[in-house]
Amino acid sequence: MNNKGAKGSDTLRRITGHHLFLPIVFLAVVLLANVIKTPDFFEVSYSNGILYGYVVDVVNRASELVILAIGMTFVTAASGGQDISVGAVMAVSAAVCCQILSGGEVSITAFQNPLLLAVAAALLVSMLCGAFNGLLVARLNIQPMVATLILFTAGRGIAQLITRGQITYIRVEEYKLYGSYIPGCPIPTPIFFAAGTVILVMLVLKFTALGLYVESVGINSSAARIVGLNATRIKFITYVICGLLAGLAGFVASSRIYSADANNIGLNLEMDAILAVALGGNLLSGGKFSLMGSVIGAYTIQALTTTLYAMMISSDQLPVYKAIVVILIVVLQSPVFQQKFRDLRAKLRQNTAASRKEGAAS
Amino acid sequence: MKKKLRFNDTGFLLAVTIGLFVLMYAAGMIVFADAGFAKPQMFLNLFISNAGLIVISLGLTLVMITGGIDISVGSVTALVAMASAYLMEVAGSGACTALAVSLLIGLAFGLVQGYLISYLDIQPFIVTLAGLFFGRGMTAVVSTQMISIKNETFLAWANYKIYLPIGTHNKRGVFQPAYIYPTVIIALAALVVIAVALKYTKFGRRVYAIGGSQQSSLMMGLNVRRTKFQAYLLNGFLVGLGGFLFTLNSCAGFVEQAKGLEMDAISASVIGGTLLSGGVGNPVGTLFGVLIKGTISSLITTQGTLSSWWVRIALSSLLCFFIVLQSIIFSHKKKNAPH
Amino acid sequence: MEENIVLTMRGITKLFPGVKALQNVDFTLRKGEIHALMGENGAGKSTLIKVLTGVYAMDRGEVCLDGGEPAMIRSPQEALRRGISTVYQEINLCPNLTVAENLFIDREPRKRGLIDWKEMYRRSGELLERLEVAVEPTRQLGDCSIAIQQMIAIARAVDMRCKVLILDEPTSSLDDDEVEKLFELMRRLKEQGVGIIFVTHFLEQVYAVCDRITVLRNGELVGEFLTAELPRLQLVAKMLGKDFDDLAQIKSMKETERDSRQQAPLLEAQGLYCQGRVKPFNLCCYPGEVVGFTGLLGSGRSELVRTLYGADRPDGGTLKLRGKPVKIDTPLQAMMHGMAYLPEDRKRDGIFADLSVRENIIIALQTKKGIFHPMGRREMENFADKYIGLLQIKTAGRETSIKSLSGGNQQKVIIGRWLLTNPEFLILDEPTRGIDIGTKTEIQKLMLQLSEQGMSIAFISSEIEEMLRTCSRMIVMRDHEKVGELTGGDLSQEKIMHTIAGGGSDNEQ
Repeated sequence: MNNKGAKGSDTLRRITGHHLFLPIVFLAVVLLANVIKTPDFFEVSYSNGILYGYVVDVVNRASELVILAIGMTFVTAASGGQDISVGAVMAVSAAVCCQILSGGEVSITAFQNPLLLAVAAALLVSMLCGAFNGLLVARLNIQPMVATLILFTAGRGIAQLITRGQITYIRVEEYKLYGSYIPGCPIPTPIFFAAGTVILVMLVLKFTALGLYVESVGINSSAARIVGLNATRIKFITYVICGLLAGLAGFVASSRIYSADANNIGLNLEMDAILAVALGGNLLSGGKFSLMGSVIGAYTIQALTTTLYAMMISSDQLPVYKAIVVILIVVLQSPVFQQKFRDLRAKLRQNTAASRKEGAAS
Repeated sequence: MKKKLRFNDTGFLLAVTIGLFVLMYAAGMIVFADAGFAKPQMFLNLFISNAGLIVISLGLTLVMITGGIDISVGSVTALVAMASAYLMEVAGSGACTALAVSLLIGLAFGLVQGYLISYLDIQPFIVTLAGLFFGRGMTAVVSTQMISIKNETFLAWANYKIYLPIGTHNKRGVFQPAYIYPTVIIALAALVVIAVALKYTKFGRRVYAIGGSQQSSLMMGLNVRRTKFQAYLLNGFLVGLGGFLFTLNSCAGFVEQAKGLEMDAISASVIGGTLLSGGVGNPVGTLFGVLIKGTISSLITTQGTLSSWWVRIALSSLLCFFIVLQSIIFSHKKKNAPH
Repeated sequence: MEENIVLTMRGITKLFPGVKALQNVDFTLRKGEIHALMGENGAGKSTLIKVLTGVYAMDRGEVCLDGGEPAMIRSPQEALRRGISTVYQEINLCPNLTVAENLFIDREPRKRGLIDWKEMYRRSGELLERLEVAVEPTRQLGDCSIAIQQMIAIARAVDMRCKVLILDEPTSSLDDDEVEKLFELMRRLKEQGVGIIFVTHFLEQVYAVCDRITVLRNGELVGEFLTAELPRLQLVAKMLGKDFDDLAQIKSMKETERDSRQQAPLLEAQGLYCQGRVKPFNLCCYPGEVVGFTGLLGSGRSELVRTLYGADRPDGGTLKLRGKPVKIDTPLQAMMHGMAYLPEDRKRDGIFADLSVRENIIIALQTKKGIFHPMGRREMENFADKYIGLLQIKTAGRETSIKSLSGGNQQKVIIGRWLLTNPEFLILDEPTRGIDIGTKTEIQKLMLQLSEQGMSIAFISSEIEEMLRTCSRMIVMRDHEKVGELTGGDLSQEKIMHTIAGGGSDNEQ
């Protein structure tokens, strides 16, 4: 055959074989659906010093999810399980932050305590939540989902207790900045948080060997031990990181609504985060991971959510579609299914070959 | 080979559970004597308000003995309640149709989740987590409004009091017999059926065997996949039934209903002596697990000033305590295992 | 054809990608005999058992039961139905159930549709009494000793009316008394006409209980012998693949006999032990020598080196490196002291299947450097390329994932991984198992080169010839214990076999 064709198919294979190929295709499909539904989807306008548009909105609203998805990616890669408490940890973090700022009042117009102190405390408590999960998973060898189920249910209760069952409002402009706009900057602040987190984690991965350690432990913890890795400690660290990031996401979410609403902050986000990881081409059973994949996955989910909203689906009903997508992805990832699919294809090929032979004979 | 807990240890765990229940209830009787904790009716109320949970926890115990889990039960309960309410109040069907549909919903979840878990080898957690979100979402698809049930047959079922020959005398000396609802009888019947099935049928023993060691069960010639599938199917049925009992108690359907019920059911099973790693567990223990949960919530409600969130937090801490206890006994055993 | 034959396997061939696991193997089992199946690692014993029990499908050959027509056995369940039961070293029973249940699971006696526990306990009691197994049927299986569990597994097989009973290394975790009890049970079954296939590594046990021995080597049949007619030494020779007459001709390939013992020892172990794995041993290793650890499989040779490396945490004893006492409880500590360990089970403890060749090579050096000192991309690539070239690893590229490489090349990657850490003491546990002849020779040469450069190497192999070619000293293990140390003139196949065979050889120490 001709060389050119072979070369072309080679390039094609290199593109389709890239680990980010599928995540980008998913994103493209969802964006396409958005454009069809709302033709002005990609239009961005500028007025009053602020950028407006559907795309800006999607990118803005995806910020917390991006932050969560990063933590979830680590946990998934190292322990082969997911942390389903992230949404609840967000609520806890928001509650701690707002409660310190308000000094116990229900609604305030001026900080009662320094913002830095409140944020630091919120992140610390989130890390403790992560450490609790990590202890159960890495040290006591409890399945990740059971271990994190405890905070999944208790977390919002704890958040309610912290805010004494009320919704604490922080009506201070300085607090609202982090969830809206910094004066003079046309881009929503949460986007900076998301981008900052991605860059920071990328730097951590570049300047430490954490990524390789996490993958090694996730792929073969027995071999990891032989080459001198402490699998327990590494798993534990990933849960602490996941807790910390959930706390950060909680802070951003609470700043958006300048309050701590224990019932609604981070609601159903655990599912979105898991979905983002899976859509990013990461195996939910652990091992090699792609951070960029998860980030793309997170934006895909947010775009999907926007599409579904555009189709007049209420936020309560969204989980139905997301659950179906999750099941489809895990079924496609399942080795048993892949084997069955291969067998079926082989059988079909055999059948066609047989029928062709029959045809030739008759 | 993995060592599992021995009988003595599971007996020990069950004893801890029953002891804990007696202790908590006794404490309640002493501290809240005026609130009627000592009255038989108060005790029966534990069964009345938790009849649905008993049935659902039984199903969960079953799948947990196989080494699996189901965290979709709360959402499925909400869906069952909503579907029942919708059918009776909006679509105008009868109470019997609602019951049939409830059971079918449960079975459908059991069927799909069971197939994915046992025949496609997908982690039970991921499957039932998707089930959790799917169920909750479907509830909202049926209706986002709260629907109160006013169907007469249904209310007649819900409010039919069965008086017992025990009771108390009120201040004027009139005998007030204690009562239960039919839901309690159904829940206890389910308990007996499941207990017998687990102890006296081939299916029940297979469930224990595959929980003890899936590999060994396979080598001994058991059909592991089918047994697991059956367990999830039966669990689905029980969730459908339990969800309906739950609805008989709440008489309404709304999206946020039964949130966190999966946690209550899992806690009840674990507190009742079911091992998270599978192979060990018994329905009677699960009953006591549910009663402990019930006692905690009535203690907190009676106390009055504490937020209802404390129920969930107390239960989570208790679950955590039992998990750690299991883990400690487990690792201790492993160390002392004869080589 | 003899009348009392229960099983004939003829011309069994089983191919795995790149390996002939079994090649034209015959096997015959008679009624009421105990037939030992012997062979070293990779000889094909377990493959033969798996073919017989339907775990693997064979590529060629036939299996006949009771001298009848060739039978197709497609699954373990089918094997069970046809009367072939297997009892493994790993007990395949449920520890959370009672003894009686384990005997009767899925065929429990029932009354009015429900399980009749009383009847089940009664019948279990009878069965156990008949086989003289002293255990209460109501006891939880997990509470019984391993030996009792083993016997219960056998009782289950017997009660299911098996004609062929396969015992796959049932004695590995039993003590002497327990083994004796098991043997009594085996003899009783033999009287009842059951044909027993006994797979074991313990020579004494073969001579204590077996009537016949079939020896396999490298997937081929060496022969079938009557136990009474095959002296112990001959058996070892047949298993290890050297005819006795050839022994004299073996010449060491080592060019010079360096007396490295003049130098200070690199590593000294005093009474080091690990409970249940290896009994206390003393050991000295010198720079520039290759020390071989030999003994049959299961003799504790791997456990010994694992204890040195901290892969199994030692329970007691002292270890000195370059004269200084050190504490090595974890692999990382061992690595920091200049040790490296290529594990026996490449798949389980060696490779990271989804990682690239590059990552698999640099991982050990990376953990040694620590998490905060990641290696640069260029640095990693250079290291990877260097070892791919040096060890002639056949791979499409350094970014290819290691799982797509052949076994031999995977092994080279792991050797490269450890050479990169520049170790002073290198442990190689079966580095040449399951890889082609060419690579084998390369690895042997490499070992000699490395030792010449002053590295101290601990080497384990199932092939004595290979060890004789490379080792200047051999430690002999038997029953988890160091039983001998051979050097210089004593380093001959005959001496080694004598020491391995034990009993009768009086110059062990």
